Amino acid sequence: MTVVENTSAPDLEAELRMAARRHKIMSGALPLGCAAGLIAIWQIGVKAFGVPTYIAPAPSDVAVTFLDKFPLLMQNLWPTLFESVAGFAVGNIAAILIAIAFVHSRHVERAFFPIAVFVNTIPILAIAPILVLIFGPGLTAKVVIAALICFFPTLVNMVRGLQAVSPQALELAKILSASKSEVFWKMRLPSSLPFLFSALKISATTSVIGAIVGEWVGADIGLGALIIEATFNFNSPLLYATVFMSSGLSVMMFTLVTLAERWTVRW
Amino acid sequence: MLAATETIANNAGGPPKGVPAASLRNASVRFGTFTAIDRLELELEAGSFYTILGPSGCGKSTLLRLVSDLIPAATGEVSIFGKTTEEARLAREFAFVFQDATLLPWRSALKNVELPLEIGRNRGSDIPAGTRSPRELLELVGLKGREDALPHEMSGGMRQRVAIARALVCQPKLLLMDEPFGALDEMTRDRLNLQLLDIWRETGTTILFVTHSISEAVFLGQKVIMLEANPGRLREVVDIDLPDERKTKLRDTSQFTQYCGYLRDLLETC
Repeated sequence: MTVVENTSAPDLEAELRMAARRHKIMSGALPLGCAAGLIAIWQIGVKAFGVPTYIAPAPSDVAVTFLDKFPLLMQNLWPTLFESVAGFAVGNIAAILIAIAFVHSRHVERAFFPIAVFVNTIPILAIAPILVLIFGPGLTAKVVIAALICFFPTLVNMVRGLQAVSPQALELAKILSASKSEVFWKMRLPSSLPFLFSALKISATTSVIGAIVGEWVGADIGLGALIIEATFNFNSPLLYATVFMSSGLSVMMFTLVTLAERWTVRW
Repeated sequence: MLAATETIANNAGGPPKGVPAASLRNASVRFGTFTAIDRLELELEAGSFYTILGPSGCGKSTLLRLVSDLIPAATGEVSIFGKTTEEARLAREFAFVFQDATLLPWRSALKNVELPLEIGRNRGSDIPAGTRSPRELLELVGLKGREDALPHEMSGGMRQRVAIARALVCQPKLLLMDEPFGALDEMTRDRLNLQLLDIWRETGTTILFVTHSISEAVFLGQKVIMLEANPGRLREVVDIDLPDERKTKLRDTSQFTQYCGYLRDLLETC
């Protein structure tokens, strides 16, 4: 008790601020330190047991390759980036529009929802060759595959979001004699946004996977094509560097969606 | 009471004296085979404060929903200031305050109050321009300076006050309130009761207020409408002959407790 009384206010405040800063540093340092530790174990393990580079390259080899082949990696990044972003846009816009149609008309939902579920159950690896056959080896097939993989989570979440208006809010709308479109723009659409962003976060990462899977099936450029090429040539350091690049792309898209959510959904 | 009636006649200009705020003739509501309200006869005098009491399942909320055109009458007829409920809804004769504030969470307090002015235009409902701006209404309910607060930044009592301001923005001649303070703590509820009486006196509107609290019903109402359950019927309309200027101390008077006792006995037989 006496100790607390003797500590003057500014001291206490400074101490609290220090503690807060320590906490902040720790929360950032912990995952970073853990990752660094794992990489160190990997590096030491590979070197100590003399594992051949084509089976498991050391982190240092991967880092050297990443820097050496950076122009090559970037050259292959652009097509994949374009396919992911275009697929993300096409798939999500289609899902949002169809969700709106579903909420607008029960008949449309009954007619098309089973088809949407069916399309979603076809393994993307099975549908990818079909799409490449239809659209050819160009970018279009990859955009469609990425769009397809984005489509379903957004459809389901968006339908739920548009229906998430409370019954009382709908009663309020009726008392105010609101039209169907007013209910949509003023109530349904805004209340669907948190649901929409949950789905967009999922599809931000899966769209990259879709684009890469599309490139595996038939492409001579793109991160997916580079992964296949590196694997066939037993060029493991390049394979790892490419994987690193593609997850970097996913993280970037995820971060952009998260920022957009923070900017839009403030409630 | 007389003063209040006169205020509304001057303010609204619309209803000629003597036209009831709401009148129900032989009105029933059925949900399938269940009769929620059975042949109700009721006339609400314009400018008065009515509270509705009754055991659960007596159709208190159903009565408000019937009057506000949310559900249709199975038999009989309901009129608001001489209009059908639909005409009254389109003309914004009445407003509704729900138990839950029902604010749109992405809109600020001010934007929520402005909502009724933004919608319903293209349905032939000409919205009466209120004499009080949304800002002034927020001031009236004691929320000056909180115009930009989002609902999740406000307490339950503050949210409910925003809901009341929103209900007042179109100058309703009839204010329907469905247990608006039911979810609030007692201190907040008492304060909002006083504030609501001030608003009622100032606007001259007719209020129909559902509650399950006997003391709230007596404290607010000039008349308590007692309903009975299974099926929902009118039991009695009790005149509360207490001074119009009501203070918290009124709750301690013997007259007040006598009314409460009388209503409690009546409620037990409903």
